[in-house]
Amino acid sequence: MLPIIFILPLIQLVILSNAASFEVKNIRLSYLDHDRSAASRELISKFKASSYFNVSSEFQSKKEANLQMQKGNTDVILEIPIHFERNLIKQKNTNLSVSINAIDGAAAGVSNVYITQIISSFNQSIQTQLQTYNDGNATQPENIMTIPSFWYNKTLNYKTFMVPGILVLLVTMLSLFLSSMNIVREKEVGTLEQINVTPIKKHQFIIGKLFPFWVLGLVILTVGLVIAIVIFNVPILGNIFLIYGFTSIYLILILGIGLFISNHTETQQQAMFIAWFFTVIFILMSGLFTPIESMPTWAQNITYFNPIRYFVEVIRMVMLKGADFNEIKTKIGIIALYAFVINGFAVWSYKKTN
Amino acid sequence: MKKEKIIQVEKLTKTFGDFTAVKGITFDVFKGEIFGFLGANGAGKTTAMKMLIGISNPTSGSAIVAGLDVATQADLVKKNIGYMSQKFSLYDDLTIKENITFFGGIYGLSRKQIKEKTQQLITKLEMQNVADNLVGSLPLGWKQKLSFSVALLHEPKIVFLDEPTGGVDPITRRQFWEMIYTQAHKGTTIFVTTHYMDEAEYCDRVSIMVDGVIEALDTPKNLKQQFNVESMNDVFLKLARNIE
Repeated sequence: MLPIIFILPLIQLVILSNAASFEVKNIRLSYLDHDRSAASRELISKFKASSYFNVSSEFQSKKEANLQMQKGNTDVILEIPIHFERNLIKQKNTNLSVSINAIDGAAAGVSNVYITQIISSFNQSIQTQLQTYNDGNATQPENIMTIPSFWYNKTLNYKTFMVPGILVLLVTMLSLFLSSMNIVREKEVGTLEQINVTPIKKHQFIIGKLFPFWVLGLVILTVGLVIAIVIFNVPILGNIFLIYGFTSIYLILILGIGLFISNHTETQQQAMFIAWFFTVIFILMSGLFTPIESMPTWAQNITYFNPIRYFVEVIRMVMLKGADFNEIKTKIGIIALYAFVINGFAVWSYKKTN
Repeated sequence: MKKEKIIQVEKLTKTFGDFTAVKGITFDVFKGEIFGFLGANGAGKTTAMKMLIGISNPTSGSAIVAGLDVATQADLVKKNIGYMSQKFSLYDDLTIKENITFFGGIYGLSRKQIKEKTQQLITKLEMQNVADNLVGSLPLGWKQKLSFSVALLHEPKIVFLDEPTGGVDPITRRQFWEMIYTQAHKGTTIFVTTHYMDEAEYCDRVSIMVDGVIEALDTPKNLKQQFNVESMNDVFLKLARNIE
């Protein structure tokens, strides 16, 4: 069992961190060029130059393009209208039609951003060219350009972003499952009845039961951090002891939830089912895979009760941003209070006598 | 001669919802006797026993075990009793020695005491060769003998045995009852439930519970006379049939 407990989460960490990326690459783009001008060819070559797009083929008719989209052979259809170049020069504006396959809404959104960026950079350079050509003076076009600047994760490396989050999930899942299965297992085997007949104190039994998992959680965290640094080169800008300090309190909370589940179930199956129920909600509402800001208000309110949310925020703040104690102390406070309340309930609901 | 009451039960009742499992039973157990607590499945034996060992609160009535009230002093009661259940209840994934150390520790024995007890116990049970084996790998009969010995580790005044010989071969059962006798001679009170009527004959006194009430309580000899039958088996059948 012990090798399983250690090795499986670490394999998950390595695999998931590589796989769970929001980057959209290899977008298959096809086009219809009704204009066949210098400008239209330049626009298409911009797409060809981008590493995000695979410009596959040119279609002769809208009908054919639509058919290929339906067959799933292309993700994006760019349609350049007739008189594209002329309108661009004379009226300084023109229309382009872009159709995006939005079966995967998130990926479509990202594709849309990439396409808009390429088109606007094209437009600007066209205008620059035109201006240079018309005036003969190298005046700058009077356009406002936005220069994106990403703080704390300059290269927008998704692994840097995901590894700490996935590590949090693994530590949480492991300690929640093990603790919720533990006491209920003794109920099933019958040893719990024997324990209840002994004069052992409630707190002695509970601490004895949960302390090993607390240690195990911290060990998994340590191994995970080593992997994060060695394999994924994730920086640790803040004080690593802040992470450990937070995790120590956090684990008490998670083990308390596990104990609570264990007390209120009769079989390991029930415990497993309930532990899964909470885990899935905690993970999907943690802000790890979908930003909390884009959830509806009621869902955002629920996330305040999600321990994983706080852990993900804290570990990212400390590792990537170098946050100090003052910046995370509210979160530490919330988790400590939460741990106190949950464990209070759990100990209260554990009864040696029925 | 044995007049010191170690268990005093007065109108003890346990209700689950609108079902009354134990209907106001009253009886005494004397110090040093082997008390057989019989009854058909579902008669309320286990429920009554759970109240006596302090893991189930009585709905009404009282039970004084080793001079302590089970309703208010359950933890103290637990220090003075040993318990062995029909379900084997040592840790299968610990070795024999580890189990002894663990339960010794729970009952507050010192390291030195634990060491001595472990040695004694393993020698007595002739388990020297398997002392470091996992308990899960032992045959059932051995497990039950070990379990009984562990229940006696802290030298309790009373031991509660809940169907201790279920599923055990006749030879081991005989050995088991020899252990019970030895312990009773030392002054430990034995409170035992069983379904084997030949075992009931070994008891000093026997109570028979039917449908939540104690229908008969006396020595096996007197019970056989009272019902005018040859064996405890017939006493049991007669009682159970009367109810039908």
